[in-house]
Amino acid sequence: MQHPASFAKPATHSVAQIRAIIRKHKRWDLVFAGLGILALIIGVVTLAGLFIDLVATGWGRLTPEFFTSFSSRRATSAGIAAAMVGTLLVILVTVMAAVPLGVGAGVYLEEYAPKNWLTGIIEINISNLAGVPSVVYGLLGLGLFVYAWNLDHSVVAAGLTLALLILPIVIVATREAIRTIPGHIREGAYALGATKWQLVAHHILPYSSAGILTGIIIGVARAIGETAPLITVGAAVAIFTLPSSPFRSDFPFLSLEWLKEPFTVMPIQMFQWTSRPDQAFQINAAAAGVVLIVMTLALNGLAIYIRYRLRKNIKW
Amino acid sequence: MADLTLENIKAESKNLNFYYGGFQALKSISLPVADKKVTALIGPSGCGKSTFLRCFNRMHDLYPGNRYEGSITLKPDNVNILAREVDPIEVRMRISMVFQKPNPFPKSIYENVAYGLRVRGIKNRALLDEKVEEALTGAALWNEVKDRLDQLAFNLSGGQQQRLCIARALATEPEILLFDEPTSALDPIATASIEELIAQIKNRVSILIVTHNMQQAARVSDYTAYMYLGEVIEFDVTDSIFIKPKKKQTEDYITGRFG
Amino acid sequence: MIEQNLRAPAVLTPTKANLSMTRSRISHIKERLIELVLLLAALSSVAITLAIVVILVKESWVFFQGVPLKDFLTDTQWTPLFDDAHYGILPLLSGTLVSSLVGLLIAIPLGTIIALYLSEFASFRMREIAKPVLELLAAVPTVVYGYFAFLVVTPLLQKLYPGLPGFNLLSAGLVMGVMIIPYVSSLSEDAMRAVPMNLREGSYAMGATRFQTALKVVTPAAFSGIAAAYILAVSRAVGETMVVALAAGMQPNFTWSPLEPAATMTAFIVQVSQGDLPHGSIGYQSIFAVGLTLFLVTLCFNLLGFWLRRRYREVY
Repeated sequence: MQHPASFAKPATHSVAQIRAIIRKHKRWDLVFAGLGILALIIGVVTLAGLFIDLVATGWGRLTPEFFTSFSSRRATSAGIAAAMVGTLLVILVTVMAAVPLGVGAGVYLEEYAPKNWLTGIIEINISNLAGVPSVVYGLLGLGLFVYAWNLDHSVVAAGLTLALLILPIVIVATREAIRTIPGHIREGAYALGATKWQLVAHHILPYSSAGILTGIIIGVARAIGETAPLITVGAAVAIFTLPSSPFRSDFPFLSLEWLKEPFTVMPIQMFQWTSRPDQAFQINAAAAGVVLIVMTLALNGLAIYIRYRLRKNIKW
Repeated sequence: MADLTLENIKAESKNLNFYYGGFQALKSISLPVADKKVTALIGPSGCGKSTFLRCFNRMHDLYPGNRYEGSITLKPDNVNILAREVDPIEVRMRISMVFQKPNPFPKSIYENVAYGLRVRGIKNRALLDEKVEEALTGAALWNEVKDRLDQLAFNLSGGQQQRLCIARALATEPEILLFDEPTSALDPIATASIEELIAQIKNRVSILIVTHNMQQAARVSDYTAYMYLGEVIEFDVTDSIFIKPKKKQTEDYITGRFG
Repeated sequence: MIEQNLRAPAVLTPTKANLSMTRSRISHIKERLIELVLLLAALSSVAITLAIVVILVKESWVFFQGVPLKDFLTDTQWTPLFDDAHYGILPLLSGTLVSSLVGLLIAIPLGTIIALYLSEFASFRMREIAKPVLELLAAVPTVVYGYFAFLVVTPLLQKLYPGLPGFNLLSAGLVMGVMIIPYVSSLSEDAMRAVPMNLREGSYAMGATRFQTALKVVTPAAFSGIAAAYILAVSRAVGETMVVALAAGMQPNFTWSPLEPAATMTAFIVQVSQGDLPHGSIGYQSIFAVGLTLFLVTLCFNLLGFWLRRRYREVY
């Protein structure tokens, strides 16, 4: 091969040398791709191993009675009725509080907020809140709801605590959903004389609703699985009856008594059973774990599915 | 479609077809690249000139669904660089490229220029020093940066960054240097310095340049090909293309009646 | 129809015009009111942070009336429930540090490898499948991981190393590490994908292999984003509660060995909350002092992470 005269030295490598070098380097590509797949497999194997172990251990206990029984001294007659109902009621409070607050905050930050120091502080603050350990939210719930607001160790205190915990998730999801709406939609609405709120109510919220819903579902899944903050707020050790019904026969047909009652939830039930030395209760823990994991993974699967559909369908 | 036979050919494409999935972007292109000369590709946006350029170092292999047919033969060893069994990495080590937007790596000036050599496994500091200085001198950048080789390349001006990218490509002594609209992101002064640089380096490397700027093609190139809708319409010595084009279509384009 | 609409303003009587003026004033007030409500929703997130700080500081303040700060920071025993009470945070810090380190030694290498693999090596299809699966890993409730660490991983480790106690930091850390892989991988991958394609092309055009491009160009270009992912993973590990509470035990133990049982800050809060501590007792206040420490530690990491993420967004 002829080399340009202006280069003092001949080219550093011949073609044969280059080929040898490439072969050597490409081995690293293979090694790394192998490592990547191995790392992924470690994650998947853990997930699968965890699920298989829970099912294998807890399967025998997953009878209809398990779902309708309350706490008991005997592992075989104990069940998750109180925990299931408790989870449902606590999450109801959480959703009622976190959704309006979170969506409202998200809409404000995306559509209204001027770029000033206050907005900057709110942004940093939300990012920090998302990283505050959940047990610290429990301390907040204990100090604020249980003692300062005198709500006691109740369903409403637990629900509000979890609402604060998932608020950043709802806010961030709302903002991301709104951000995907292109600017020309806003211009179009304004050009027809819409006010800001009309724009938000008629366009922004409907178009971002699926994205917001995804965020809410993920938040709910997270809240269902949270244990530590509710232990701190003060879950009941054992509950033997259902809470009072939210419905009644006389006017106004709805009752709020259940809000003030003591609570337990699925993950706490599982935690209590796991930490018992008696192995029979650990089987109960596995059974509760199956129910818990099915609930949270189903919700997450739903969210992933909605997001997938969303990306496929909407092309602005 | 080449209307001209060259004596010293560095590479030659024959009946080159290229497909992005189902879309045929290049249609039976046959074109020589002259050795140690500048060949310019001109034509309206979307005519396939960049697509053609990127075939030369197999950049299309980076994305799924792309397909080549036909050949580009590299001289003097007569390998078809588009052949499936030819490693695109080897092609890229022999045929380097300078992009539309300067794309220095997030590294020091020195490491940017040394990148191609390090990729080849060279660790000898003295050799690297020598090659870096040579390449930076070749890219007319040495005097401006010799005192701050350790600084991040991002701190350079746009024109300096592009000259750095040229130095990066020169350091490995490629056989062909591809330029994909190298001045379209630069101001006129920086553009002039890049054009001057191209004129300086063409005696040591064969150059293929895509430009949307016809004056630039006229100023820097020895040969020019006019492309339209994925085909080479006319290929000739640059002066002939600009003074007396043989095809009506070419004339319309360079006189500004079209494109 | 259209013509009529167009003509409408011309036939308005003065009173109607006035009416429409009033209506626009009312609607203006309504708009301002809505904006105010949304602003309040956004400010609620700031209120939460303030409430956390106020409650933690208020209760800790009382705690530090009884326990000198010097003892808190230097005493090597934490025995608040004993007659001979000691309040040294060091044992809890050492437990937190060791479990976090073990977790991060798993999560950071595996998470980074997965991120690089998915961003630079994997096909589109592979990425589309792997990312949701990893998300599920983060979606499993932490109490389930706690169960898994305590009742599955520890017995497995005991087969390899028979002297391992039933509670130990190692198995808690290992499982926690797998749990936080998605936090590292997802955020790092986002940062890597944000690296512009033209940088990669520049590297490939020089004849670099995938591995060389990933290591020498993509990783440094995405550095601050990857660093942010690491920081947030640290924050997550420090704040993790249920895995350590179940698998590492709740006995404070000033140790640097992952093979020993030891309580973390979070596990201690859970342990005290489980008992029925009277409001206002020093034991009750001690969890707020520990919570404050935990909050301050994670706050530093969260702010650093926020700053790093903003920086990589600014670059590209």
